[in-house]
Amino acid sequence: MSSIIHGAGAATALSTFNPVDSKKLTNLSVRSQRYIVAGSEASKKKSFGSALTVRHSQKLIPNAVATKEADTSTSTGHELLLFEALQEGLEEEMDRDANVCVMGEDVGHYGGSYKVTKGLADKFGDLRVLDTPICENAFTGMAIGAAMTGLRPVIEGMNMGFLLLAFNQISNNCGMLHYTSGGQFTIPVVIRGPGGVGRQLGAEHSQRLESYFQSIPGIQMVACSTPYNAKGLMKAAIRSENPVILFEHVLLYNLKEKIPDEDYICNLEEAEMVRPGEHITILTYSRMRYHVMQAAKTLVNKGYDPEVIDIRSLKPFDLHTIGNSVKKTHRVLIVEECMRTGGIGASLTAAINENFHDYLDAPVMCLSSQDVPTPYAGTLEEWTVVQPAQIVTAVEQLCQ
Amino acid sequence: MALSRLSSRSNGIARPFSAAFNRFISTDTTPITIETSLPFTAHLCDPPSRSVESSSQELLDFFRTMALMRRMEIAADSLYKAKLIRGFCHLYDGQEAVAIGMEAAITKKDAIITAYRDHCIFLGRGGSLHEVFSELMGRQAGCSKGKGGSMHFYKKDSSFYGGHGIVGAQVPLGCGIAFAQKYNKEEAVTFALYGDGAANQGQLFEALNISALWDLPAILVCENNHYGMGTAEWRAAKSPSYYKRGDYVPGLKVDGMDAFAVKQACKFAKDHALEKGPIILEMDTYRYHGHSMSDPGSTYRTRDEISGVRQERDPIERIKKLVLSHDLATEKELKDMEKEIRKEVDDAIAKAKDCPMPEPSELFTNVYVKGFGTESFGPDRKEVKAALP
Repeated sequence: MSSIIHGAGAATALSTFNPVDSKKLTNLSVRSQRYIVAGSEASKKKSFGSALTVRHSQKLIPNAVATKEADTSTSTGHELLLFEALQEGLEEEMDRDANVCVMGEDVGHYGGSYKVTKGLADKFGDLRVLDTPICENAFTGMAIGAAMTGLRPVIEGMNMGFLLLAFNQISNNCGMLHYTSGGQFTIPVVIRGPGGVGRQLGAEHSQRLESYFQSIPGIQMVACSTPYNAKGLMKAAIRSENPVILFEHVLLYNLKEKIPDEDYICNLEEAEMVRPGEHITILTYSRMRYHVMQAAKTLVNKGYDPEVIDIRSLKPFDLHTIGNSVKKTHRVLIVEECMRTGGIGASLTAAINENFHDYLDAPVMCLSSQDVPTPYAGTLEEWTVVQPAQIVTAVEQLCQ
Repeated sequence: MALSRLSSRSNGIARPFSAAFNRFISTDTTPITIETSLPFTAHLCDPPSRSVESSSQELLDFFRTMALMRRMEIAADSLYKAKLIRGFCHLYDGQEAVAIGMEAAITKKDAIITAYRDHCIFLGRGGSLHEVFSELMGRQAGCSKGKGGSMHFYKKDSSFYGGHGIVGAQVPLGCGIAFAQKYNKEEAVTFALYGDGAANQGQLFEALNISALWDLPAILVCENNHYGMGTAEWRAAKSPSYYKRGDYVPGLKVDGMDAFAVKQACKFAKDHALEKGPIILEMDTYRYHGHSMSDPGSTYRTRDEISGVRQERDPIERIKKLVLSHDLATEKELKDMEKEIRKEVDDAIAKAKDCPMPEPSELFTNVYVKGFGTESFGPDRKEVKAALP
């Protein structure tokens, strides 16, 4: 079976990515039928498969892990890049539900600044794929107002950083309206866009904003990292009745992977087990997943067995998966691209310490990006984010 | 003001029989034409005519509902002083004509969205007094289950979208509702109300730009009561002609204390919006109370000004004079009506006071809609509950 192949060095774009060796995932076959994370007892997991009922008429394939199914034929499925997976998910949802529309700058005729909405305007017309002028505050507000009546807009921020201009709408209206109206209005919007540190794009276009939105009550946040979960999360986010912020990463748009032909969605509140292990739990999301997996290769050679979990759901955290892992390994390392101060890692550290303190053999260590505006110079930019070498050092330190 | 009658009323006989009832001419829909007090001032469009079609039933309805709104707001004032209503309470008395005139011109499919001065508009949209007072006092029976408060009244089934604390933000929301109405081909319009203070927000112009580009049926209504909290309009706006501020979007300036002028303007605006896209209405109105209950309302304006407006332009007085001059009711009958309204409001308050506070578990409901059947209590759920659909 093929093992994980990565491009040399963190700075190069990852253009090919093979799914995780399925031999290592035999213990996950139990989970393959699980749709929603069950209660805290392990025994409940196995009985879940029979109790599954599907809400929609299509068969939903509940598979949290991007894996080649050992029993099904591997000739089904098609290979595509991450941005194409997002586009496919979006297109399928727009076909399925006439209320779904896309709003954003240059999403229509231009095809989207990262080509996620390419071709959609020709197919669905100007009323469903809307080119807005540059006014994030207004068009985010308009999407929220439209959502109050029942439409399901997908708001694209050309860069997540631009959505700071719409923060009032996202925090006060999007997050709160369901609550302050006593449940009368639902806001089924999806706010998506690329963020994160890219390739020398400058400080304002390389923002890591998950931390700014995480305190807003009423919204859900997810981060995609592979074409498989990108399409799955996009579809789940559109179908969800809650407002969902989907964080994409500028450097991950060209990842290639084979994804199933069938209709599938990923659970919005579930974490993904990337590599099971015994010695230490490494929690990560988005682009840092690849740095972690690269460090994992080095660690395996050195004799460590890290368990890597892509937490995917940034709000709320999937403490069930994380907790089970902590109970097994007793050591936690969080690797993220978010800011150190008040970031996702900071919240996660607090959550783990509060809930699983008894199971920890060492303090929770959190590697985040530096609390600086992203510099332009290449070398400085590299050191703004966590590098695989730092991850290896941290694991060695924790596992002493 | 000049009054003209279209048809002579032949039912002077009806009056003495129904002296025992309050609504003696309630079934009379004899049309009456009323002239608005002032002509309309227009920007980039032709103003509508000053003659407004109405009927005696409508006239009495206007009087009754406006008196109800007035009494409700004054009762809220006393409740606030008795500390039963807490936080912010923004009262609408003086501005009732805007709410009433707008309702008379539109249907429940047309949407209204406004900022925090929303009690009377909620009532006009079909809300009940009980819901209003319960919500103000934070009780379970409130329209938002007690979780919204004075600034967050909503009524989905009558297309009333609130109720917003941060002014200016409701205008893009309103344009979004108009977008949805166009998307679903509903032949309805959205009225997005804001004040002279919020008229200086940038997002208004952004939303107006998009609405004009996409031909959305959005009507922006500036309720110009001349004071943005404590700042007079001439101190906040370089150009206080709010109806002209749309630049390329037509506008109409309306006497907001005259319910019939408001009705005529809203009807005109609805027809315009359905055909040609957005339009701005500026309602020249006035509030007697301060900005909110914590504001006496006299530090930035003189008491003479307030009483002057009350004497010359009060909307209820105007309707009362029209009712009396058209012989639709006598002074005594109107006074009886007001007494009845007073009792109605007092009863609603008593009923609301008896209503329980929300249950503690309500703290966590409606934060999320139950999506795929999971509940959550904050970012670190101690227990994940799943209920399969």
